[in-house]
Order: sequence, then C-alpha cells, then structure tokens
Amino acid sequence: MSVTVPAPRRPREDVLNKLKPVVTKRWMSPGAWKIDVYEQLDGYKALRKALGYTQGDLITFMKESGHRGRGGAGFPVGMKWQFVPDDGQEHYLVVNADEGEPGTCKDLPLMMNDPHSLIEGIVIASYAIKASRAFVYVRGEAIHAARRLRNAVREAKEAGYLGKDILGSGFDLEVVIHSGAGAYICGEETALLDSLEGKRGQPRLRPPFPATHGLYNKPTCINNVGSIAAVPHIVLGGAQWWKDLGSENAAGTMIYSLSGRVKHPGQYECSLGTTLRELIELAGGMEEGHELKFFTPGGSSTPMLSADSIDVPLDFDNVAKAGSILGTTAVMIFSDQDCPVVSCWRWLKFYQHESCGKCTPCREGNYWMVRVYERILSGRGSLGDLKLLESACKNLLGRSFCGLGDGATSCVTSSLKYFRQDYLDYIEGNKQPLFDAEKIGAH
Amino acid sequence: MNYPEKIREQAEAILVRYPEGRERSALLPLLHLVQSHDGYVSDEGIGFCAEILGLTKAQVQAVSTFYTMYKREPAGDWLVSVCTNTLCQSKGGQKVFDALSDELDVDHDQTTPDGKITLEHAECLAACDYAPVVTVNYEFFDEVDEDGALDLVRELKDGRRPIPSRGAPLCTLREISVQLAGFDEERTAGLEGNAQGDATLAGARLAAEAGITAPAFDPAAPLLDKTPEEAK
Repeated sequence: MSVTVPAPRRPREDVLNKLKPVVTKRWMSPGAWKIDVYEQLDGYKALRKALGYTQGDLITFMKESGHRGRGGAGFPVGMKWQFVPDDGQEHYLVVNADEGEPGTCKDLPLMMNDPHSLIEGIVIASYAIKASRAFVYVRGEAIHAARRLRNAVREAKEAGYLGKDILGSGFDLEVVIHSGAGAYICGEETALLDSLEGKRGQPRLRPPFPATHGLYNKPTCINNVGSIAAVPHIVLGGAQWWKDLGSENAAGTMIYSLSGRVKHPGQYECSLGTTLRELIELAGGMEEGHELKFFTPGGSSTPMLSADSIDVPLDFDNVAKAGSILGTTAVMIFSDQDCPVVSCWRWLKFYQHESCGKCTPCREGNYWMVRVYERILSGRGSLGDLKLLESACKNLLGRSFCGLGDGATSCVTSSLKYFRQDYLDYIEGNKQPLFDAEKIGAH
Repeated sequence: MNYPEKIREQAEAILVRYPEGRERSALLPLLHLVQSHDGYVSDEGIGFCAEILGLTKAQVQAVSTFYTMYKREPAGDWLVSVCTNTLCQSKGGQKVFDALSDELDVDHDQTTPDGKITLEHAECLAACDYAPVVTVNYEFFDEVDEDGALDLVRELKDGRRPIPSRGAPLCTLREISVQLAGFDEERTAGLEGNAQGDATLAGARLAAEAGITAPAFDPAAPLLDKTPEEAK
C-alpha cells in the first residue's frame, strides 16, 4: 500500500504546534558557536545553577525529568549517571559523537552550530558523576564539528567554565576532543572505548558494563551528544517543563532528521511522539510525483515500516509496538520510486564493510547476505534465497557481541515482511535485473 | 625515524592530553599526525608511532589498517568522498560517483596519476538531509548532482579551491590531518566557515516564521523544589 500525503502550502496549525525549538533554537543565530553570543543566549546559566546542588540531587533531578538517551537505545539518562559508582576511583564521562548510523544527521549540525551547549552539558554531567576528565569521541570525518568544539573548549577554559575550580565550586574538569578515524563500529559504546584507548574499535563482552569497567577499566558514563546537549535546557527549564514538551511516557523534544523523498528534508525538533504524517506535512509534503512507500523511524538499523504506519506516534514505546525501534529518529523516507530490495542490498554492503570482524555471524553473515542480494538483483534468485536470507538473519540476530549484526538483519526481515512481492518481482523475472550476473559474478 | 622536530613536538603535545600511563590513547591522533607529514600512513610513520608509544610496529599496523581514514598509499591533496549509501544512492549518489570515476579515470580509493585527487565512495557522511552529498577533505558539498560534481573536480584539477556548502574553506589533506590529530584550526576563516544550511534550519525557521516557541520557563525556579541553600 502507498499513501498520498497532501502537501498544503503551510502546515496546519495543530501540526505546526508540534514544533518545539529548544535544542535547535540557537542554530538560528549564526554566531552562537562563539562564547560571547552563547552567553547572551542563556549560555552557562544552567551550569551556575547546577553547581549549587549536590551531585545526588542532580541525578535525582535528571531521573525525575524522564530524559532518555538520544543515541538510539533510549536509556534513562539519570539512571545511567546513577550507575557510576561513587567509590573514590577516577571516573570518566565519554560523549559519543561518532555519528554514522545511515540516515542520522542530528549531532553534526548541533556540534557545528551550538558547540557550547554540549560543553556546558558535559560540565554538568561530569559534576554529577564526579568525573574530572571527559572525552568527546567525534567521528573523524566531522572535521568542522571537531574544529568548533575545540574552539569551544578553549573559550570555556578561558572563561573559567572548564579547568581548575570551575566557577569557584572546587570542581575540576578537563575535556579532550578526540577525532576518530572512520569506523562506524566505534559508535558502539564499548568499541568506542577500545578505540579511545588506541586500539582497533572492537566491541567488548558485557558484563562488566562500562558504568563499572569502562575507559581504562574505570567507571565510565557514555552519553550521546543529543542526550548531553539537552541537559542545560532541562536544568534551566525544570523537570516538569521537559516532561510537558513531550508526550505521555516520552519526555522532551526530539530532533527528527527527515531525509529522502520530502520537499524540504532537514532537522525538525518536535515533541517526542510526532507522527510521520505530521512530519511530512512540516517538510512541505512528499516530493512531486512521489508516494510514500516505506521509511525507517530511526536509521538503517531500525526495521523499516510501511506507509501503513504513517500515524504511529514516533516515540520509544509506540514505535516498539509497531514493530520497530525509535533509534536516532533518523527518518529516511522512501517512495514508490525506491526499491526496498535495492535499499537493503546497499545497507547490507554497508554492514559488511563496517563489521569489525570480531564475531563470525556478523562478519560472515553480512558478507554472504550481500551475495544473495546480488544474485536476486541480477535475476538469478530463487524462492530458496528468501528462506536463506531469513535463516541467515536468525543466525545473526543476538549472536554477536554488539548490535551491529542485529541492526543488519532489521532491514532484511522487515522488508521481507512488508515487501515480499518486490523480491518476487526480481525472482520471477517481472523486473529488469539491476546487475549483469556475469559481470558481478553472481551464481 | 626522520621526522622533523616539529612533528616530534606535536607528538609530545598529543601525549599529554591523556592520563599518565594511558598514552596509548594517543595512537589515533598520532596516526593522523604522521599522515599530515607523509600524506599517508607510511611504514616509517608506523615505526614512529611504535617508537613513541613503546608498541611494536605490528601493534600499530593492526590499528592503522582498521580505520578507513588512514590511507595505505600516498593520497592526493584532495580526497573526494562520494556518499553512495542507500539514501544518497536513491538521490543519485552512485551516478555522481560513476561520473567522477569516468572524469578522473580512477576507481574507489585510487589517486589520479598527477597525485592531486583521490576518489572514494564513502559510507553515510551524516548529511542525509543534503543528499546526495560529496565531501572534499571532509568539508561538505551539499546536494551535488553529476554536473555539480564534475564542475567541482574540474576546479580542483585547475588548481582552484571551490567553496564548500558547509565547513571551512578547503585546505589540503595533509593540512586537515593536523586538525584531525587534535590541533586547533589556525585560520580564522576556517573556524568561521559555515555550518548553516536550509535543511539544518528547516524546523527552526518554520517555527520562527509561525511565531512558535517552546513554553516559557523561570530559569531561576529551583530544582526538586528546593533552593540550593536547602539542597546543600
């Protein structure tokens, strides 16, 4: 089924009201990446406020706000902070800025346009978990983000927001901006830690969890950029304010990153729980001549949903009920002119390339699934291939150290569920093969 | 190892960023540093990192070969990366790559004979809202079609430096590797650059035009209904 979404000139009033510019608001001010402009726009006020409270109070407050992680898993932020044991050991805060999940593009604009909000959030979070060192692991390719973050660290230090005895509180903090070197897997938190320790970025077996045995085997809290950059806003606005911004059971705002077949792709910060229908309306409707066919609610590792799910509130619980995962709210929107089989093939090539090779199911499973897809797409597939894909997914899911292998199966199983006919079209010869079988060596 | 004094000083500056006894954390920046000198991770560069960190060359090489940004062959001044992941591909990314491959007569991860341009297809570059996207030395050229991409590389071939849509004015891959090693951008214009674009501001603009703001709050309102004095 495909759905035509009407494209009004301007979204209806109730849809417009879903917009809640909080985290994205400063992006409108071109100089907000500089400390003087940031301070004029309420910058570092939350830090002053937070330092007036005890660490325990801040953690309780964060739990009360209902703030959940923005990196994909949606884990309650306050609880994560609480897991870091208060045992006098050296503690670390590590910010995961290795944005690379296909479809995801919310952290880069934030770090480029409003780097101080992340730094301010880092100081508050580090204070709460008693960390005296924080690391931001920035994706290597995100060079402009790293550039502006480094500048923000330098400015914050000069202003007394970082370094020794921050604002006279007695609290010390050093922040290092550490650029990665091109490996998607380092967005996985334990692989990130290994990479930050100067090793190949390969995931660790858990338990023990990073909260007790993280960076250098010390208690470590790892939070996504979006989770931390929201903290100063929450501290200023209060727990109830943050809750009210979202919907029931889903506190706060969310940056929905719309890409694909809409008229105006981009970053739309809305109440958590906005539906795809509303988002498409905000984005000016579907591109001319395109009808919605499928979408990912939160990146390529979240199962795709068909147009039938257009009215599902995109929050943690409702997306799970619909059979997918909210993920990073990277909403990739595909139309009747996009082929789910081709899309999956390309995603699997990505997972094949990015698999770190540690676990056999992921390393081999992705490699072979790509080959099966190429056989299907070159017109040499059989019904048995669909069973083969399903069986490969069963052997992949839950059988590797980290979620990369699980994520790879998402598009395969979900596309087979919703779009089996698209596979059959290639298998039964109703669709022009994408590849020349001889050329790509499919057999 | 024949590295100039400046590189050795920079290496020392990298080491002190990490806690004492945890210097191995410096390996990724150090590899970026040797790449800034050699244009790729040379055998000598591997030896240099090994020497500084007290590792074996095999240990360093095991790390350097894991990450795609460390080049194993001398790379060009201009690394042109074309996203061909699903979303960009649906919007023409693969066609862009093919057009550039024809124009430059090189394939993925190859460099033109004059040593100027290296072409690669990249995985998702986190700019899906600007698809299809191309980067040159990791600065963004947004919504680039085949013609736009051809113009872009022809300018590079002619020795000119096209202005990125987002990011800083272009500098060479060696120069950008210094920043990847964690050193500050020294050009004011580089720090300025540009980070905005229609897609980045789409939602915030729409809200501003409609006069929509998040509900007001009292920034001084106490947390957990207790004032800092009570809290302490």
